[in-house]
Amino acid sequence: MARIEFKDIQHSYFAEPSRPKDYALQPMHMAWRDGGAYALLGPSGSGKTTLLNIISGLLRPSGGAVLFDGKNVTDLTPVERNIAQVFQFPVIYDTMTVFDNLAFPLRNRRVPAAEVRARVTEVAEMLELTDDLKRRAAGLAADAKQKVSLGRGLVRSDVAAILFDEPLTVIDPHLKWRLRRKLKEIHKRYKLTLIYVTHDQGEALTFADRVVVMHEGRVLQEGTPQELFEAPQHRFVGYFIGSPGMNFLPCRLSADGAEVAGQHLPLARHLLAQAPAGQALEIGVRPEAIDFAAAGAAGLSVAVRDVEDLGTRKVATCQLGDLKLKVVVPPEQPIPAERGTVTFNAELTRLYADGQLVG
Amino acid sequence: MEKWQDQRAWLLVMPVVLLVAFNALIPLMTVVNYSVQDIFDSTHRVFVGTEWFREMLHNDRLHAALLRQFIFSGLVLLIELPLGVAIALTIPRRSGWGTSATLVLVALPLLIPWNVIGTIWVIFLRPDIGLLGHFIDSTLGIHFDYPTVPSQAWLSVMMMEVWHWTPLVVLLAYAGLRSIPDAYYQAASIDGASRWSVFLYIQLPKMRSVLTIAILLRFMDSFLIYTEPFVLTGGGPGDSTTFLSIYLVKMALGQFDVGRAAAFSIIYFLIVLAFSYVFYQVLLRAGRGEAR
Amino acid sequence: MRVTLQNVTKVVRGQTHLYDTTLDLESGSFNVLLGPTQAGKTSLLRLIAGLDRPTTGAVLEDGKDVTAAGVRKRNVAMVYQEFVNYPSFTVYQNIASPLRRAGRLSATEIDAKVRATAEMMRIDPYLGRLPSELSGGQQQRVALARALIKDAPLLLLDEPLVNLDYKLREELRSEIRHIFRDNETTVVYATTEPQEALLFGGNAVVVDAGRVLQHGPALEVYRRPATVRVGEVFSDPPINLVRAHVGPHECRLSPSVAFPVAAHMRELSPGDYRIGVRANHIEVTSRSGDSGAIRATVELAEINGSETYVHARHGDFTLVALLEGVHEFALGAEIDLYLDPARLFVFNGAGDLAAAGRQNDQTAEAR
Repeated sequence: MARIEFKDIQHSYFAEPSRPKDYALQPMHMAWRDGGAYALLGPSGSGKTTLLNIISGLLRPSGGAVLFDGKNVTDLTPVERNIAQVFQFPVIYDTMTVFDNLAFPLRNRRVPAAEVRARVTEVAEMLELTDDLKRRAAGLAADAKQKVSLGRGLVRSDVAAILFDEPLTVIDPHLKWRLRRKLKEIHKRYKLTLIYVTHDQGEALTFADRVVVMHEGRVLQEGTPQELFEAPQHRFVGYFIGSPGMNFLPCRLSADGAEVAGQHLPLARHLLAQAPAGQALEIGVRPEAIDFAAAGAAGLSVAVRDVEDLGTRKVATCQLGDLKLKVVVPPEQPIPAERGTVTFNAELTRLYADGQLVG
Repeated sequence: MEKWQDQRAWLLVMPVVLLVAFNALIPLMTVVNYSVQDIFDSTHRVFVGTEWFREMLHNDRLHAALLRQFIFSGLVLLIELPLGVAIALTIPRRSGWGTSATLVLVALPLLIPWNVIGTIWVIFLRPDIGLLGHFIDSTLGIHFDYPTVPSQAWLSVMMMEVWHWTPLVVLLAYAGLRSIPDAYYQAASIDGASRWSVFLYIQLPKMRSVLTIAILLRFMDSFLIYTEPFVLTGGGPGDSTTFLSIYLVKMALGQFDVGRAAAFSIIYFLIVLAFSYVFYQVLLRAGRGEAR
Repeated sequence: MRVTLQNVTKVVRGQTHLYDTTLDLESGSFNVLLGPTQAGKTSLLRLIAGLDRPTTGAVLEDGKDVTAAGVRKRNVAMVYQEFVNYPSFTVYQNIASPLRRAGRLSATEIDAKVRATAEMMRIDPYLGRLPSELSGGQQQRVALARALIKDAPLLLLDEPLVNLDYKLREELRSEIRHIFRDNETTVVYATTEPQEALLFGGNAVVVDAGRVLQHGPALEVYRRPATVRVGEVFSDPPINLVRAHVGPHECRLSPSVAFPVAAHMRELSPGDYRIGVRANHIEVTSRSGDSGAIRATVELAEINGSETYVHARHGDFTLVALLEGVHEFALGAEIDLYLDPARLFVFNGAGDLAAAGRQNDQTAEAR
């Protein structure tokens, strides 16, 4: 278990990087709390796997230093840093049994046989692999193989951190639940630092205490799932988190609110006060924060174009002038057929100037 | 998955089928025909049934040649496979001009016509003008005259064979190594595995199918070998490097004992077939123990 | 095109990939093949396409038996998981290839169609590029465009979005939904995600272990799963299944939890059943009409944006609840869960649906 810090870390895959575009990772500082469960969330090419490989030591950053508990480990290999990593597809030693697979890291460090047996049995029980210990690892199903990969990281009692690179990619959706739960249990029990890379925001939000959203080599925001959901700092974070993502409506400010598509929307006073002049302004509001009001009530008038029934909720796609607006309602709630009136939850309505959160 | 049957494909394949039939099946039939006859010339033939086969089984010279052949093929597999794999391990896994150049250089011996190979080594090993022959003879002080010393003849044939065919094993093994995803090496590095462990537990298992091909190819080819040793030693001194096919040719063309030679050919063919089948089954079974 | 499978089976080397299957897909319908991996979805798609021949049974298109016809003779388009495009053709040539091969249209007509389709799939800026120069999402759009331009009466998609980023998947899903809303093509779309089956709003064909378990309008199948297995496959988050004893007046889940039998369950004969309740029908606050509290210990709580998933244990079963809003729970905390008896599914010992509760705006019904 270790506290991990990045000091001015940057990385480029080119020998002579000249423009910002050449960098896979823009210069950054970060601190990862000991024992925290983090998710690195972002689309392909955002630099999250690069970041993960720098933490593990599989990749040496072209600039900056990595510190574990204050000690500079930038030049150390993964083994020396005491890192474990689980990859996108299960990586197991085909010729060995499950027991031998789990014992492998310990045997390489010359741990006595009795201790190896104790540790492996404990981890196998935790991962519900006890019945498979004698079987050849190559014959297991994909999710069991991933558990073996994970187990190899857990057997080392002093492991600094376990890193996951999109580990649930090959797992069936209904088995993903079980594995995610297992990961949470492990986190609770062993209090390990877990860092999890994914492009699936649902996975990130359910797994992590803190989520780091990345885009094009930069960290856009770091926070709890709730913070990211309710107060995205950057337009991209609002778009990427949530299914569907946040609605962004270009607007102009007026005396006591905003003008959106020709209609008036009241805004909190502190937002109006802090809004910078001369920049493109947008209202950011999540589909979950919008409600259909009773007929004749005050609100914005919209045309209802499409309704998707997803079982656990309904998503209505509406039109506000020539802007698209998505609204999420509980499955019970009726949605007007042609036109309706919507109200925005004032506490969750945000203002964005040039893509950045205001206030 | 079963492929869809498209009848038109048979028409396209017909010319090849006819060609193969003409070039392979008909000569094979001819050989079977000859093997049961004693042929003096084109008009004087006597049907002798299985006499040739019975004689072959008791023929001492045949047994000696067969033994020599097994020793040769065994040595070939023992030397070329580990050597080829070892060389393949040293070639970098990344693409680049260095890697390509290395692969081309390694593959050069495979491009040379086989009788030229024999000729190259004849000159190379001459104690008077050959680079290696002269080196051994003068600098090392060992009297080197392979046409007259059986042990040296064997050594020469082995050197030539290894030089000629190890590149094939190298290329096959390298292809197998290249196909292993990086994540396996990364995981091994994280597990603290030694270089030897990585070889034993990751590289070797993943090269299984490729090595199967290498073993089969090298065994069959070496068992049938003719041109290179014939050019180099002519089968000599005496009988010491007379392998099966050299003996067969001596019998068929040298003595024009066509009937006997035909019977011998068939026995030869069956031995190669039997061994290849056994090898293949053993390797297949071992491979099937592992997963998809 | 109306596609019918009659008593189709597929056996490969002694292993049955598909058991006796009869399926009727109406012309112009959007059908989602839903099931876990290795369920037989791909086998089914390949049989419909004509890439494989069924071991027994017949495949009919518009009433005509086409079982013996190879895929070239059938008018079908297919999109795969792996973004299959001709690597040496530009995007333009890729999209134009089916039309050029058919040879029926002039060059100008082909050009117009290619540009229109490319614009619909939003790849018109990339017409001159090679597939290897495009991102995964763009490559898949090219594959889709190439399939759509054929205007084939039958379109098959085998988990086409599974290799894409989450957000790209969302976007493409909406686009596909819109393209096929008022379209006459018969579409068959294979997926493992229940969400997609509901989202597309067409029919759902639930497949598991080589059998078609249920077939009908997606929402119908979702609200009335015929068997326990259908309930399990067609759920995300997972459906809660609890053994219970149904008596003449009460339904008992455990020594401490029992509630009055709801209207839809009154006709059931007393005995042991399995109760199914969806995660979003469990609450932590009581509403009128809810059953008594189920006291449970929190095992796990996950916050997902504006919702919370809670896993809590009562006696020998665990319930997963999907709660609206953000709720903080300490592990090991004791909470009360409430469920609405009118919403329960009841499955008998054989695993078949015996009664289905009220689901959203439906009225209660019993079998």
